Amino acid sequence: MLHRYPKRVAIIMLVLTLLVAVFPLWGPAVFGDQVDFIQEKLTLMVILALFAMSLDLLVGIVGLVSLGHALFFGIGAYTLALASPDYSAASLWWMLPLVIAVSAMTALMVGLLVIRTKGIFFIMTTLAFGQMFFYFISTSQFAGGTDGVFIMFRPSVTVGEATLLDLSDPQTFFYFCLGLLIAGYLFLRWLTRSYFGQVLDGIHDNEHRMQTLGYATHGYKLAAFVISGVIAAIAGMLAAMQYGFANPAQLGWHASGEVLMMLILGGMGTIFGPILGAFAYEILLYVFEHLTIHWPILMGLTIIGAVLVLPRGIAGLIIAPPGEKSADTSRRKSETVSPVDASAQPVAAQNKEG
Amino acid sequence: MDLAFFGVQLLNGLQYGLLLFLIASGLTLIFGIMGIINLAHGAMYMIGAYLVYDLTLRLGNFWVAILVAVPIAIALGLIIERLFLDTLYKRDHLYQVLLTFGLILVLNEAQRIIWGGDVHSVPVPAPFDASLQLTDNLQYSVYRLFVMGVCLALAAAIYWVIRHTRLGIIIRAGAVNRDMVEGLGINVRTLFTLIFSAGVALTAFAGMIAAPLSSVAPGMGDSILITCFVVVVIGGIGSIKGAFWGAILIGMAETFGSVLIPSLASMVIYLIMAAVLLVKPRGLFA
Repeated sequence: MLHRYPKRVAIIMLVLTLLVAVFPLWGPAVFGDQVDFIQEKLTLMVILALFAMSLDLLVGIVGLVSLGHALFFGIGAYTLALASPDYSAASLWWMLPLVIAVSAMTALMVGLLVIRTKGIFFIMTTLAFGQMFFYFISTSQFAGGTDGVFIMFRPSVTVGEATLLDLSDPQTFFYFCLGLLIAGYLFLRWLTRSYFGQVLDGIHDNEHRMQTLGYATHGYKLAAFVISGVIAAIAGMLAAMQYGFANPAQLGWHASGEVLMMLILGGMGTIFGPILGAFAYEILLYVFEHLTIHWPILMGLTIIGAVLVLPRGIAGLIIAPPGEKSADTSRRKSETVSPVDASAQPVAAQNKEG
Repeated sequence: MDLAFFGVQLLNGLQYGLLLFLIASGLTLIFGIMGIINLAHGAMYMIGAYLVYDLTLRLGNFWVAILVAVPIAIALGLIIERLFLDTLYKRDHLYQVLLTFGLILVLNEAQRIIWGGDVHSVPVPAPFDASLQLTDNLQYSVYRLFVMGVCLALAAAIYWVIRHTRLGIIIRAGAVNRDMVEGLGINVRTLFTLIFSAGVALTAFAGMIAAPLSSVAPGMGDSILITCFVVVVIGGIGSIKGAFWGAILIGMAETFGSVLIPSLASMVIYLIMAAVLLVKPRGLFA
């Protein structure tokens, strides 16, 4: 994207990343016996952050609101579950390319159908395709129906005979996921600032104008749809490794709604915001679940509140804290509007005086 | 499949389709005129069913229960529109999706708190608790025929309002160009409140009359919501005519799908939708 964020964004993100990265050092002191459980939660948050970030490319950058993104998350999970041998570990060297290939193919096919639709139609068609896949999986024999599929062994990462990473070790797996999250973030940041990303940004602002300028906008949107789907599938694969199973619930429309909630909580269109959103959502979920069995009511009210009061999410608060509204450099709208305002104000003032 | 059995399935499909139309018509009007995507529409269907279950127990009569429940549903629509949607009209669809998704969580959980997680049933009310003997071993519920009649009457009423009244002209014009309607001096705010309450009342009413036909269960609104989305996508957003034919098509497809190809039944409607999107991305009647 064209705009730069204040320095504090980089500082806050670096500090938080470091805090998460050195969790094994401070975790045991804070959480005592529960440290293993918390580390598992943390791993899950890292995976969900990758998932939420992938959706941000579509929703925040291109402006296509998908309500079926869990489809790709599920594709990743089920590809791993179904392609893994029953009694031995698969190799990550072919599992990862397989997940990427399957999800890219699916995203291409779904994308070709949905990318021609806009606005509400896009929301509803992505929702419908997500549900189609959900019913396909939950009624199928080969994918275990509503029970899902268990994964006995996490894929191995070996070079020759030597084991490079032992993913069955929780700590190693945690760092593996964190590494992929950071890689995903750097990739998406690079992508959104590239020529391709600027075209996506233009489509978000005014697709007709981009078409008039000679851009084949459908192609760009389709490419963004596929990239977003592939990253979501990688997150889904990691989630299946973490849980040890793939389940239809992971790809229902409630899952698609949840990841949208992470996006709004964190602040969309910023790439780093959804990471904060995924963590915030999971922490809230944890707190609410311990408060009452009727936690969905609290979560629902939180989302309604976020939409009404904090539409830019946590990232919006960091980029432009409520105290310094004038120094707002967050969204393009405020950037393009402010010069006009500046020139218009004196005229209005003069008129009033006159 | 013999002819009588085929006929029964045809009636079932028609009845289901007409019920879908009641729900989808509200959804498509709210989309088309207010520009609002209301995910909580299915939750209203569920609340309608639970209201009539609760009130039938309390008041002892299904018909009285409906008379009391419909105003409650309208009031609920009014409150939601004024309290939450008012701020959303000028904002991106994303916020509408999120806010109404939040509403689903709240309403579904409120249902659990008030009525619990059990599955209930509502007895088929007199005088329709009989069945017609079609052949020796085939009979058809009179109540289903009654539901069909009510849905058809409502469909005709909606058609008449939209085609032949002043309000209908405003609604049709609003679906084409909202700003222009406002510019011509129509109070769009009042119109929105009216449309939303009417939409909520229609879907809640559908839940009420469907309650004796199926079980009243938590989450019953979620699956019907998605089906109605498919109906609206196939018919074209904002088109009542599209919602009608889309609903009949989907009702038939689901009914015959589950009889003829049970293994694919749950996917049939999505395959139809994909096919329609390939040919007409904006729906059949847009």
